[in-house]
Amino acid sequence: MLVQALIKPNTYFDSVSLMSLSTKANQIEEVDQAIIAMGTEMNKEVMKNVGLLTPEVEGAGASDLIIVVKAATDELCEIAFKKINDLFTKKNSGKKGKNDLKYSTISSAAVSNPEANLAIIAVNGAYAAREAKKALENDLHVMIFSDNVSIEDEIELKKLAHEKGLFMMGPDCGTAIIGNTALCFANAVRKGNIGIVGASGTGSQEVSVRIHEFGYGISQLIGTGGRDLKEEVGGIMMLDGIQALEDDEETKVIVVVSKPPASSVEEKVLAKIKTCKKPVVVWFVGGNEEKITEAGAHFAKMSKEAALKAVLLAGADESKLNKRALNIPLIEEVRTKLTPEQKYVRGLFSGGTLADEAMHAAMEKFDNVYSNIQRNPEYRLKDRYTSQEHTFIDFGDDEYTQGKPHPMIDPSTRLERFIQEAKDPSVGVIVMDFVIGYGAHEDPVGAFLPAIIEAKQQAEQEGRHLEVIGYVLGTDLDPQNYEEQINKLLAADVTHASSMQNAGLLAREFVVKGE
Amino acid sequence: MSKISDLFKSKPHVINVGIESFKDDLMQQGSEVIHLEWTPPGRGNPSLIAALDKLESPELLEKIEAANQLAVERIINSHPVLIGYDQAINCVPGMTKTTILHAGPPITWDKMNGPMKGAVTGAIVFEGLAKDVEEAAKLAASGEITFSPCHEHNCVGSMAGVTSASMFMHIVENKTYGNIAYTNLSEQLAKILRMGANDQSVIDRLIWMRDVFGPILRDAMKLSPNGIDLRLMLAQALHMGDECHNRNIAGTTLLIQALTSYILQTDYTIEQKKEVFDFVASSDYFSGPTWMAMAKCALDSAHGIENSTVVTTMARNGVEFGIRVSGMPGNTWFTGPAQKVIGPMFAGYKPEDSGLDIGDSAITETYGFGGFAMATAPAIVALVGGTPEEAIGYTTKMKEITTTENPNVTIPVLDFMGIPTGIDVRKVIQTGIMPIINTAIAHKDAGIGMIGAGITYPPVEAFEKAMLALSENIR
Repeated sequence: MLVQALIKPNTYFDSVSLMSLSTKANQIEEVDQAIIAMGTEMNKEVMKNVGLLTPEVEGAGASDLIIVVKAATDELCEIAFKKINDLFTKKNSGKKGKNDLKYSTISSAAVSNPEANLAIIAVNGAYAAREAKKALENDLHVMIFSDNVSIEDEIELKKLAHEKGLFMMGPDCGTAIIGNTALCFANAVRKGNIGIVGASGTGSQEVSVRIHEFGYGISQLIGTGGRDLKEEVGGIMMLDGIQALEDDEETKVIVVVSKPPASSVEEKVLAKIKTCKKPVVVWFVGGNEEKITEAGAHFAKMSKEAALKAVLLAGADESKLNKRALNIPLIEEVRTKLTPEQKYVRGLFSGGTLADEAMHAAMEKFDNVYSNIQRNPEYRLKDRYTSQEHTFIDFGDDEYTQGKPHPMIDPSTRLERFIQEAKDPSVGVIVMDFVIGYGAHEDPVGAFLPAIIEAKQQAEQEGRHLEVIGYVLGTDLDPQNYEEQINKLLAADVTHASSMQNAGLLAREFVVKGE
Repeated sequence: MSKISDLFKSKPHVINVGIESFKDDLMQQGSEVIHLEWTPPGRGNPSLIAALDKLESPELLEKIEAANQLAVERIINSHPVLIGYDQAINCVPGMTKTTILHAGPPITWDKMNGPMKGAVTGAIVFEGLAKDVEEAAKLAASGEITFSPCHEHNCVGSMAGVTSASMFMHIVENKTYGNIAYTNLSEQLAKILRMGANDQSVIDRLIWMRDVFGPILRDAMKLSPNGIDLRLMLAQALHMGDECHNRNIAGTTLLIQALTSYILQTDYTIEQKKEVFDFVASSDYFSGPTWMAMAKCALDSAHGIENSTVVTTMARNGVEFGIRVSGMPGNTWFTGPAQKVIGPMFAGYKPEDSGLDIGDSAITETYGFGGFAMATAPAIVALVGGTPEEAIGYTTKMKEITTTENPNVTIPVLDFMGIPTGIDVRKVIQTGIMPIINTAIAHKDAGIGMIGAGITYPPVEAFEKAMLALSENIR
């Protein structure tokens, strides 16, 4: 072993820097041991103790920088000195700016950023209510994406928000568009004069996308969370949302979207609508027309209808709209392709309201419609892995998402089910949604394409035609390429439906026998 | 204008908690987004969350906020002034010839780690109670020596904190509230008693400090009519690039400057005075203990305020890390295991040589400097392994767990922001952010001394225990 020293006279470095450099120097491969230090008596003593004191070092003064290296050979010593020299000249790169200030609590972020006005909360449901409360206390509007928040907490938070004149969207609210900005899962739609309050995420998305396609736009889309219209919560957010849109100068028409509310809440909401000075379109999936028209609102049975009524109320000229009527010749053509045994529709959805709408379309024609979201327990799926007759599944429902991301992000569960359904000779049609937009999968159609192509070929070999209907929920402004998604469907010989409403209607019409 | 129409008219400016991809989508749309560094409160422990919830009920919250406000006001308004030096036996409450004070929460001889045992035996030899360290170890184990935490005697002690009867102490008086704090003199660095070294060179130095250094300082300060304003000097030292825990170059210069004319006026020989100046100049650390006593003096005045969740002590004995909280009066310690200190080491030593975190010096962080003021000391960012930006990040992060900023002690590079002051147990539990502590590393064995310096954190257990006790205590 050789010990060599390099003295740099009158070269000052802070002792802490030198300790850090020493640590790095000792990590150099060629180095057996190294010390970088100023030549103080104390340091020389240390070097003596570890056997690194050379005559040069002994002669160094307190203002001289000492580099001592112990290595196997002269050559290695030389390499080591060179590398140590590099340590001195190496400057750090990758500067961080002031914008990287980190905050750990909503309160500290809000206090330091008074212009902040909205908190999006997507943490484990066990913690979400706490965070939401902090946000409201800091005068922030809140959108809770998390589910598994207790209904008691929801009521408390919504009451607090109402008192403070704040929005409290959610819990389990995945969709909103505020100030032309899509929050969580929403589509890029044109700015316009139609406001939406929705207790249903994909239902609201669908209506906003249809409005965009008709050439109109959205002022605000307020999500309430799925439980808002339950008896206990009493529609607090729905009522505040309608009021907010009534007060908003930009909004000319209001669309209310929900699954059928609890009857006492329905009364409250309709009473509110009755006094509203702006026209209101109501789409309660499977809702009652009479009560709604009585309240002076415009009834819509389905999503596209809701969008259409809204744009007409906003001043659209009906004769100039492309309403994309159902393709009747296509229905005839597909019916002839299906065998008499191919009687059933299987709807595999990532969007809950999309599943619901398609299911309701089927229920108008058939009695034997099963689903995991059927309100009538008699028609609830007995086994979630096995379909019965006409079956519509919402894969976003908790029972399918245990330990997994939502099917709009992770297609795996739905994909497996598709492969299974495609093998069933009693299936005539499989209908699926492909949701794009902010928050969604970057290429949802692409994820299914190989399976669709293979399934159709397999069916062909078995002598039957497998009809697949695909609907892409999205707009030309979405971050994914909308056209490309559709083209992929068409290339795989999938029937592209222009809306969720049409997808539901086509699916049911394809399997109607002998009309 | 209502908050809702405000929201409608402006773009959402979002605080995003949880899923990070939502932030990216919002930024893509041109929205301003702050993504929180969020972790489940209380590490997800339901009893801690329940405790947090309880203390957030409106009536308790109001009481706590008021108590904490009072606590930080007392810390900020404290005006510690160095008024003299004297031997421990003459000034420290409860001191006897056979008392040995030590750093951190209470500990018995058999549980002490290497450096503390080394320091204790060295001190016993220094006091003439034993002829060598072997005999001293027997005496220490015999029960004839009274061990007690410095903190329970209005004192603080660096590293092992070992303080014996004839050692000279700083005497610091709180001009606002009247309480007094003490700490012993700097032995400077490396092979020294407080780091666990105890050979003859160490004892000889202690004797010189007792017979020359201490008396000169004592007599010099007798000539100072108003004492030395330590709060002002601390503020100056921070402006000069010290954080006053691991870097004390500016503070030492200011302190010796303030002492010099008085030292020159004492009756000691030129040679003795020169020894004092040479000793002070032998390392930058001379003012290190002074700042600790200054901080202790301020924090003691904020201890024992009913309902306050502000931390008034953080201290380690090399085995356990203990904290005291204002609202839990007296000597109620909450402890957890002492942690490793991570940082550069003197050549020849490896991480496995280091003893666990030790010393009362975290009193500096408890007051709000040291690690909390890393942003003032870019020259030592190597301790945190990085860049000045990271150092600034450490300081701003501490605002997340403190009650307020101290306007008397400011940080130029952060637009003269006051140092983060008043660590709040609730905030530590809520955020999972631990106070950052700059400190030295002692060798794990007795007799060796300092081998490096770096940063460390308290064990979360100490804060969790304090949180649960507070939630019981505050009603």
